[in-house]
Amino acid sequence: MTVEVDGVSLWYGNVVAVNDVTMTLGPGVTGLLGPNGAGKTTLLHMMAGFLPASRGTLTVDGEPAWRNPAVYRKLGLVSERESVHAYLTAHEFVLVSAKLHGLADPAAATARALDPLEMNEFKDRRIGTYSKGMRQRTRVAAALVHEPDVLLLDEPFNGMDPRQRMHMMDLLHRLGAAGRTILFSSHILEEVEQLSGTVQVMVAGRLAASGDFRTIRRLMTNRPHVFAVQSTDDRRLAVALMHQPSVNGVDLGREGLTVRAGDYGSFTRALPRIALKEGIRVRRLLPSDESLESVFSYLVEA
Amino acid sequence: MSTVAWITTRGLLGRRRFLLLLPLPLLMVGIALIPRLSGISPSDWAQPVIVALGFTTLLPIVALIVGTGVLGAEIDDGTITHILSKPIARWRIVLPKLLVSIAVTGATAAVPFYIVGALADGPRLGLGLVIGAIAGATLYSAIFVALSLISRRPVLLGLVYVIVWEGLLSNLVSGTRVLSVQQYVLTISDRASGSSLLSPNVSFPVALVMSIVVTALFVTLAIRKLSSFSVTGETS
Repeated sequence: MTVEVDGVSLWYGNVVAVNDVTMTLGPGVTGLLGPNGAGKTTLLHMMAGFLPASRGTLTVDGEPAWRNPAVYRKLGLVSERESVHAYLTAHEFVLVSAKLHGLADPAAATARALDPLEMNEFKDRRIGTYSKGMRQRTRVAAALVHEPDVLLLDEPFNGMDPRQRMHMMDLLHRLGAAGRTILFSSHILEEVEQLSGTVQVMVAGRLAASGDFRTIRRLMTNRPHVFAVQSTDDRRLAVALMHQPSVNGVDLGREGLTVRAGDYGSFTRALPRIALKEGIRVRRLLPSDESLESVFSYLVEA
Repeated sequence: MSTVAWITTRGLLGRRRFLLLLPLPLLMVGIALIPRLSGISPSDWAQPVIVALGFTTLLPIVALIVGTGVLGAEIDDGTITHILSKPIARWRIVLPKLLVSIAVTGATAAVPFYIVGALADGPRLGLGLVIGAIAGATLYSAIFVALSLISRRPVLLGLVYVIVWEGLLSNLVSGTRVLSVQQYVLTISDRASGSSLLSPNVSFPVALVMSIVVTALFVTLAIRKLSSFSVTGETS
C-alpha cells in the first residue's frame, strides 16, 4: 500500500504553502520533519483528503484522497488539533469510530484498538478528564480501529513525556514492521531519535531532504554550534577550552564566554569534564543558535 | 438511531448553550398569559404574540442555536474531522444532523406554541401552530445547517438574516414576503388550524411549494459543501 505525492503544490492567494513536493511512501515508518510553518500539516491534510492540491496529484493506493470518502477504509488520520468529543469516554469515542466505519464487530474492534495503547484502565472515564498524552493515545486508538493500511499522524509526540514517546514510537515501528505505511510529522528533531526509518525533511514548503534517518541524525549531533557559558572563572575556563579539538573559538565578554564548537556532541560531553578537572563551576550553559530553522537549514546544506 | 445522530444529540445536549433554548419559550407563554388572565380579547393579542414573538423570534432563534450547533460547533472545535475521516457518503452526515436539529427545534417550539394557541383559540389552533412550528423548524434548520458550512461565522450571519430579512423586510416590504420563512409558517399554521385569528399574506400552494423548494435547496447546498470541506488548520 503506497501513498504517491506527485508534483504537489498548494497556495492560498499569494502564499505558497507547499511547493512542488514529490514523494512515495511505502510500508514502514517515515518521519516528516521540518520547522513550524514548513507545510507539513498542509501536506498531511492533502494526503488525508482534507484539502485539494492546487497542482499535482495525491493518491492512496492509486485512489485520489480528495472528495473520495471511500479512501478512509484504508487510511487513518490523527490530526494535530487535539479536539475530541470531550463528553464521551475513550471507549465510546473509539466505538463511535468503529461504527462509523461500518465494522462487522465494533465492540471487538474497539477492544483490539485500545489494548496496545494501554488505555483499558481509563477507557470508561470522560475524555475531558484526560491528560494530553492519554487524549493523544485515545485518538490514535480511534484512528487504528479499522486497521488501516496507511496511518498519518500530525505531531503525535506533542505533549508526551519521554516514556510515552518511546512507547508510541515502538507501536509505530511494530505497525510499520507489520507492513503498514506510517507517516508522522514532527518539528523537534530530538523527539524522533528512536526512529529507525526514513525521513522526509520539509523547509519552507519544499521537500529539502529525504533519506535514511541515521545519516541525518549523525549530521544533527555533529553540527557546529554556538554556546553561551558563564562560570566562576571564565578566563581560566576559556584557556582550558581552547585545548579542546572540538572547540573552534572562544570570545571572552562581560556576559561570559561565547564558545564556537565544531561538534555538538563532543563539546557537550567535554565541558563538564574540563570544569571538574579545573575546579570551575559552570553557572550557565545555553546553546545560542538552537532555533530549528538554523538546524534544518544546516541539514539542508549538508 | 444512526451513530451520527447519536453523537450529534450527545454533543448538543452536553453543551451549555443548550440552556439558551429555555428562556424564549417561557417568555412567550408568559406574555400570552397576561392578556388571557386579564380578559383581553384574543383577536387583540394572538396575532402579535404568535407572529412577532413566535414565528419571527422564537422559532428562528431556537433553530439558529440548534441548527448551527449540530454541525457548526463541530467545525469550530475541529471534532468534525473525526466524522469526516470515515468512509460514509456526505449526505449520511448532513441528513441525520438536520433531523436532530429539526427534532430538537420542533420539540422546543411545539410546547409554547401549543400552549399559546390553546390559550387564544382552543386546541385546534394549538395543533395548527405545532404543525406550523415543525414546518418552520425544518426550513430554518436546513438554512442554518447550510449556513454553518458556507460561513465561518454562521451565528452572526444567521442573526443578521433573522433580524433584517425575517424581522424587518418581510414585514415592511410586501415583495419579499414570498421569500420569507415566517410567511410560509404563518400560512401553513392558518391552513392547519382554520382559525380566524391568523391572517396570512401568501397563498397556501405558494407557501407549500416554496417550503419544499427552499428546504431542498439548502440541504443540497449543505451536502455539496460538506463533500468538498477543506480543513484550514493552523499552518505548521
